[in-house]
Amino acid sequence: MYETNYHRASSVADAVKLLKKAEDPKILAGGMTLIPTMKQRLASPSDLVDITKIADLSGIKVSGKTVTIGAATTHFDVAVSEKLAKVCPALCALASHIGDPHVRYRGTIGGSISNNDPAADYPSAMLALNANIVTDKRVIAADKFFKGLFETSLKDGEIVTAIEFTAPAKAAYSKFPNPASRYAMAGVFVAKDKDGVRVAVTGAGESGVFRHKGLEAALDKTFDAASVDAVKVDAKGLMSDMHATADYRAALIKVMAKRAVIAAG
Amino acid sequence: MKMGAWSPLAVDTVRYVGDAVVVVVAETKQQARDAAEAVDISYKVKKAVVAAVDALKTGAPQIHPVAEGNLIYDWELGDAKAVEAAFAKAAHITKMDIVNNRLVPNAMEPRAALGVYDAAEDHYTCWTTSQNPHLARLVMSAFYNVAPENKLRVIAPDVGGGFGSKIYIYPEEIVCLWASKKTGVPVKWNSDRTEAFLTDAHGRDHVTHAEMAFDKDNNIIAFKTDTIANLGAYMSLFSSVTPTYLHATLLSGQYNIPAIHCNMRAVYTNTAPVDAYRGAGRPEATYSVERMIETAARELGVSPAELRRQNFIRTFPHQTPVIFCYDAGDFEASLNMAMKAADYEGFPKRKAKAAKEGKLRGIGMSCYIEGCGIAPSAAVGSLGAGVGLWESAEVRVNAVGTVEILTGSHSHGQGHETTFAQLVSERFGLPGANVTVVHGDTDKVQMGMGTYGSRSGAVGMSAVVKALDKVEAKAKKIAAHLLEADEGDIVIENGELKVAGTDKKVPWFQMALSAYTAHNLPAGMEPGLKEGAFYDPSNFTFPAGCYICEVEVDPDTGTTEIIQFVASDDFGNVINPMIVEGQVHGGIAQGVGQAMLEGAHYDESGQLQTASFMDYTMPRAQDLPSYKISTTVTPSPSNPLGIKGCGEAGAIGSPPAVINAITDAIGNNNLTMPATPLAVWNALQAAK
Repeated sequence: MYETNYHRASSVADAVKLLKKAEDPKILAGGMTLIPTMKQRLASPSDLVDITKIADLSGIKVSGKTVTIGAATTHFDVAVSEKLAKVCPALCALASHIGDPHVRYRGTIGGSISNNDPAADYPSAMLALNANIVTDKRVIAADKFFKGLFETSLKDGEIVTAIEFTAPAKAAYSKFPNPASRYAMAGVFVAKDKDGVRVAVTGAGESGVFRHKGLEAALDKTFDAASVDAVKVDAKGLMSDMHATADYRAALIKVMAKRAVIAAG
Repeated sequence: MKMGAWSPLAVDTVRYVGDAVVVVVAETKQQARDAAEAVDISYKVKKAVVAAVDALKTGAPQIHPVAEGNLIYDWELGDAKAVEAAFAKAAHITKMDIVNNRLVPNAMEPRAALGVYDAAEDHYTCWTTSQNPHLARLVMSAFYNVAPENKLRVIAPDVGGGFGSKIYIYPEEIVCLWASKKTGVPVKWNSDRTEAFLTDAHGRDHVTHAEMAFDKDNNIIAFKTDTIANLGAYMSLFSSVTPTYLHATLLSGQYNIPAIHCNMRAVYTNTAPVDAYRGAGRPEATYSVERMIETAARELGVSPAELRRQNFIRTFPHQTPVIFCYDAGDFEASLNMAMKAADYEGFPKRKAKAAKEGKLRGIGMSCYIEGCGIAPSAAVGSLGAGVGLWESAEVRVNAVGTVEILTGSHSHGQGHETTFAQLVSERFGLPGANVTVVHGDTDKVQMGMGTYGSRSGAVGMSAVVKALDKVEAKAKKIAAHLLEADEGDIVIENGELKVAGTDKKVPWFQMALSAYTAHNLPAGMEPGLKEGAFYDPSNFTFPAGCYICEVEVDPDTGTTEIIQFVASDDFGNVINPMIVEGQVHGGIAQGVGQAMLEGAHYDESGQLQTASFMDYTMPRAQDLPSYKISTTVTPSPSNPLGIKGCGEAGAIGSPPAVINAITDAIGNNNLTMPATPLAVWNALQAAK
């Protein structure tokens, strides 16, 4: 790791100020990707601005069907939230299977979606739940937020402060982990609400997380596993590597979609 | 043998990613990293070759000038003519291409080295993570000219796992010693995990074509294999012996095979050097034999268990056509015990039940045998070995009766501290706390050959027994003198030396004290009580057993779950059952790792793509079942304790059992290790 300056921001405004002052800063929102990357000297920010100790960035609010999760809320806190489990247990279950206990105690939802790792779990939930990403400047719909591999529509210095969504009638997430890293090799989040069904896929797309319109249309008609069987999942546009070919990922997407539909009930 | 030159730092040509090129010595880790980054080397990039088969192709990049066509040796064992004659009259021939995947050992403790040069004494001390500190000293003195042996002390205490990868002498030990002299301060180096992936000696990496011939009654009449072994960019310490004498000699398996022939071509590639890895040659042989016989049973439409049973060797000693003379065993006992533990007969019912739930059940077995307790020095000498493979021990009884065992064996997780001490405490009835095992320091232990090839029990402990025999004889003489009795009447029990059938006795500590006060010793006896011994085994030992694996495959994803894993081993006499069980557990975990999870993968340019745990799958607890383990005992006639060795059996016996089970489940025998979900899914698609 190269030398860096660590700052602990006391408020979002303070974080913004610190980010402006620094030469080449990075927001530290758990650091589950950033710190290992720095240790390997692949990243060398001049300054780290830690936003995880900002009081109002952590916590889960549920009001009726409306869910608000602070950006610095850890995966562990999402996994064990009783309030959230009442309206959207699928998200608790997803969080409970991210990384290992160390990662779940440190990693945050804001950090995960801002990093937009193509194999991360949360981006698929955000897309399928039609969530809004709240930043210090604006509100961005999930459909507009995720832009390819490790890219989002966030501007330099823009800080995600919360995510918001309306709890769906039914939802579930099913993932097939990479045998080595245990990141998703194909993860499918299915959410059904009165407006329809949304299906988002992570771990498989060459350009990161994406919605599968074919699966959505089929499940819109009839929300059951048999509907998934009839859908053709194209291998085109899917990643191919030593752990999984595009064809295999395409097959996994169907299996995971079916399992998610069954789990959603 | 066409061996290319090796030097601690690459000269002119870098042959693999991991070949050391520059040494940076700094006061802090940060400084060292900065300095290493500042080094600018311009490389002229050459074409690489990473696969063994490709290395032999015409026009392949030439890696060492001395080894034309990258061929290091073309070696054979067995009677090719007899084999061909048998094949000519065979009723059935099973043929198969077999790949034994390359593995990265990944000991828990990465390698480390500390060089300390003492200018006043012109003396070097090397702290290192070695499985064989004496061998390291010998090689560094005799071959690398670091310093004469009396000026070089090698210390390797409490090493965190080796599995063969810490046999080899690496550049870092030599460089740290050199740098310490150069700088006048101690110089330390510690590998990180990715460095370990890139530079630790890898294991396995064989490509084999095998053919097995049967007569009309399903008796095996001949077996032949043609193998290419990938030795990486440089030959390592055991790479001449692992693919040859540790591999081809086991091709008879547990079976009575009249004719066997093995051809072995070893090649250079632009990959990390390959050395011994838990089993070293024997897993490769066992995999070939056990995949072949299982496949033959399927082709012949007979039970894999019964085909094995029919061909078992039943009388001992049994001379195989490939050097080894098996001295003891009862293969059927292991098979029966394993089949009973696995409820083999009940499998069809379980398979039918699983099928109803949409799952594919399969069962597979493996009847392995290995040559351990390496090795009779004269025998290995006649085969061209550069060293003898005896072991040494010294037993020091202190004046207060406590005991120190000095051994040339090396403990890096095997629990010698417990088992070696048991030999003394059980024999003399002394508390375990009064016995200490000393190892891993060339200044304390005069000479030893280290630990590998499951040799510490059979060879290392036998040396201790030999020294203990001498200690006991002298102790009895002293006690007889003190008790005014005949030494033949002295028995040692519960820490006391007694005159049998009387109440006359002397406590152990008092006998020891007498040895050192020397006020009242038998006439002509030297004071003190310290005895040493060198033990050279009369034969290899032959641990054997039967493993049965039952799996369930999810046809949708290709995921395999091990439902049960049964191991029935014959390790001869067992000193400490808990430690033996631990060895079997760990061995099977590594074998399952090879079969289902682990595989080193280089891209065409020679970059290791599996250089971290993000891409290289080490077995995790959830990948493994609770094992059902049992042992049968036929004592080894070749050493005083009747021990055969248990350190490698799990890794040797388990991969074929797992793959036989998975291929049984999916109905496609064309499956290469590691049987990852992708590989199994692909095989399922191909079978459709």
